[in-house]
Amino acid sequence: MAFQLPANKKMQVRIIKNGITMDSPGKLTCLLIATAIFVPAQSVYPIANMFKPEATPADSIFNVSMLMLAICAAIFLVVGGLLAFTIVRFRRRKTDNSNEPVQVYGSNRIEIAWTVIPVLIVIVLSMATARAVVEVQNKRMPPDALKVTVVGHQWWWEIRYPELGIVTANELHVPQSSVAKLAHTFLKLQSADVAHSFWVPQLSGKMDLIPGITNSMWLDPRRTGIYLGNCAEYCGTQHANMLIRVIVDTPEDFEKWAAAQKVNASADPQLEAARSAFMALNCINCHTVSGTAAKGTFGPDLSHLMSRTTLAAGVLPNTAENVRAWVKDPQAIKRGNLMPNMQLNPRELDEVVTYLASLK
Amino acid sequence: MAATTHIPVGLGETEAMPSKLHGWLVTVDHKRLGIMYIGTALFFFAVAGTMAALMRLQLAYPNSTFLAPEVFNRLFTMHGTSMVFLVGMPFFAGLANYLTPLMIGSRDMAFPRLNAFGYWIFLMGGILLYFSYIAGEGLAGHGTAPDVGWFAYAPLTERAFSRGTSTDYWILSIMLTGIGTTASAINVIATVISMRCKGMTLARMPLFVWLMLVVSSMVVFIMPPLTAAQIMLLLDRYLGAHFFDTQAGGSAVLWQHFFWLFGHPEVYVLMLPGFACASEIIPVFSRKPIFGRAAMIGATIAIGMVSSGVWAHHMFTIGMSTASNIYFAVASMVVGIPTGIKIFNWLGTMYGGKIRFDTPMLFCIGFLFQFLIAGLTGVMLAVAPFDWQVTDSYFVVAHFHYVLIGGLMFTLFGSLYYWFPKATGKMLNETLGKWHFWLLAIGFHLTFDTQHFAGMLGMPRRIYTYPPGRGWETLNLISSIGVIFQAAGVACLIWNIFRTLRKGEPAGNDPWDAWTLEWATTSPPPEYNFAVLPQVRSSRPLWDLKHPEDPDWRYE
Repeated sequence: MAFQLPANKKMQVRIIKNGITMDSPGKLTCLLIATAIFVPAQSVYPIANMFKPEATPADSIFNVSMLMLAICAAIFLVVGGLLAFTIVRFRRRKTDNSNEPVQVYGSNRIEIAWTVIPVLIVIVLSMATARAVVEVQNKRMPPDALKVTVVGHQWWWEIRYPELGIVTANELHVPQSSVAKLAHTFLKLQSADVAHSFWVPQLSGKMDLIPGITNSMWLDPRRTGIYLGNCAEYCGTQHANMLIRVIVDTPEDFEKWAAAQKVNASADPQLEAARSAFMALNCINCHTVSGTAAKGTFGPDLSHLMSRTTLAAGVLPNTAENVRAWVKDPQAIKRGNLMPNMQLNPRELDEVVTYLASLK
Repeated sequence: MAATTHIPVGLGETEAMPSKLHGWLVTVDHKRLGIMYIGTALFFFAVAGTMAALMRLQLAYPNSTFLAPEVFNRLFTMHGTSMVFLVGMPFFAGLANYLTPLMIGSRDMAFPRLNAFGYWIFLMGGILLYFSYIAGEGLAGHGTAPDVGWFAYAPLTERAFSRGTSTDYWILSIMLTGIGTTASAINVIATVISMRCKGMTLARMPLFVWLMLVVSSMVVFIMPPLTAAQIMLLLDRYLGAHFFDTQAGGSAVLWQHFFWLFGHPEVYVLMLPGFACASEIIPVFSRKPIFGRAAMIGATIAIGMVSSGVWAHHMFTIGMSTASNIYFAVASMVVGIPTGIKIFNWLGTMYGGKIRFDTPMLFCIGFLFQFLIAGLTGVMLAVAPFDWQVTDSYFVVAHFHYVLIGGLMFTLFGSLYYWFPKATGKMLNETLGKWHFWLLAIGFHLTFDTQHFAGMLGMPRRIYTYPPGRGWETLNLISSIGVIFQAAGVACLIWNIFRTLRKGEPAGNDPWDAWTLEWATTSPPPEYNFAVLPQVRSSRPLWDLKHPEDPDWRYE
């Protein structure tokens, strides 16, 4: 079994080179062919595949992961191959006599060999790990970074831009980072109730939102688009439907979006009746609509509800019909969520939906 | 060496039913208690396995409405809790109880009554847990089983978020089973230390017994943090304490530390009995002594010690400092070294042997292959940045099912086929056994191989449903189809056991031509195990008897 040593060592050296210089991680992607097979080539949104990173933290993780996968694949081939060889070569054959095989009790030399090799592998992996941890975790916040506070709630995300005075929910808009103009977004992660976890695989690993603690993470996505993610820490009944989407805009689009979000909610005089109906209902105890008497903070901010792409933390596409269905009976759509069925009569329902649909 | 003509008391005897039942209820015999432990574990295995099948049915298709969210959440909580505390732990206790005295040549465990107490309190814990389906109250009203996940993270378990009594059922039932497990662990330690037969030095003790000694020592150390945390949680819930109550300044992370201080070594407590069985079965079917006995013992002790210092690798995403993350990453990788040594030594044992592929060995080979992968994904998860991506995803689900099914259940099934003849005097059917193995292996790989990829594509664990279009549909469907094969495999086992108990072939005392002391007595062994207590001179006393021309003691 001594042939392990050269084979392993060679593999290590080659991989370390690849891992550190990062010149051609593509060579190693063959390891992930199986992953690729299962990924549909065309889909509306990118698949949340951690092996297609689109931001620096996810890159660091990707690089150390490829090194690690290569090492593990090598170990698997050597040990698995040895196991297969042993089973075939040393099976009892029909022609065998009944004598027992040679009784071997062990060998200290071999024991030392197969202790030292794993130790070396662990050293290599430890260093690569430490490097990636430091890269991701010890990043200094550039002075011009966009600061966002994300607060986990039972089963939705509150997203605040304290410096811009924007409050929204479930969809995190961030500017694209390019070589010409680096743009970092630093997230402060908090929880209003139980533990949650923010996970958008293509941008970064996950980070928990724990009540009583403020965690942080950062992103610098290089490509515009929608990146899907989930709450990744079990947080109660509707944990499955606590979806997050990060929307990466070009810097200009981001400015436009932010400008639109900053203004107070639209106050179309033609919708006065609908607005006053909304303000007279219990909606305002839990929801905020900027510039009005609605100042509740228990549920998502509705000031620019219709600017978002989904409802109920990613459960439904955001259309007027779906808003109606949701307001009519939220429990039928997302069973167990904390918005009760308000038992609105048809007239009230019409007015509330009319008003909400105007909140662009 | 005592082969007696004694007529066994117990299994297969024609006794009137009431007195037979009474005999089992009041027994303090380690063999009967061992069988009761294993029987109970198999029962809960069937129950919790059915729960898993229901969950897979729900997840076979996106947006499925087969199960309501609260039902699904209860299922995964009960499935995980049952598999760890009501299947893995009692299987270990059962094997340790049945085999330890036989292997070290003693008449019983050191504390037979404590042994019976341990079993019954464990059983009461199990019943209490399931009673919650009738009497528990929770967010969704009456009849609510616990729905907080098997590691029950605070503050989801606090009164504000978990109203009613369902969480209390989880706390109290696990506490009860913990008492039972601790009792049985203390018993194993005392037995191994004080009840060995003449000549059975620690160095000559079978590896199985060595591993049980290490596991039992670990249990004694790891149960207190869990029990303490559970008591704190009860104080929070009923006496207004604020240990984990974040709304009053308590710490959610404190619970995680307590839980994983128990929970991580617990993984090894579950897994080492699997290693113990493999370490007995592989040599016998390779016809060679275990390769590197001393290294195997040393590696086991190393696993026991190092695994107590790596718990926070379950918490890489809670926002620990860089230094802590790196420490726990490196320490976790270090556990891979003794584990690797064990795999290499099993391979070394097979290398140069004459391998017989009877069912117990088939399961052990399956174990070696699958545990190799489980160990490698374990190393991957120790790489903290990779863990940031895949922790709490289906990758982790796949990883620990590889450990606990591909590793542990395979060896436990192997051990069932191996020692069933000893316990009942009858051979399990080989053909059905092979069907069991192949169906289970195919089903296992269909179900769990795919889950690694789902996790890497962003699928979190513990979700009751998922939308289409995220690349998870095919993987989940294949995963669910695998369940059919696994269920068919387990059905073969159950049918095999019933069939064999009714009309199985007699086994004889030593059907596998093995080397440890349990095979020196009758099958099933008499209540007193050995008419004359044996005396040994090496770690393979029966080899010495069978090969007087070349005994082991010459080389030890």
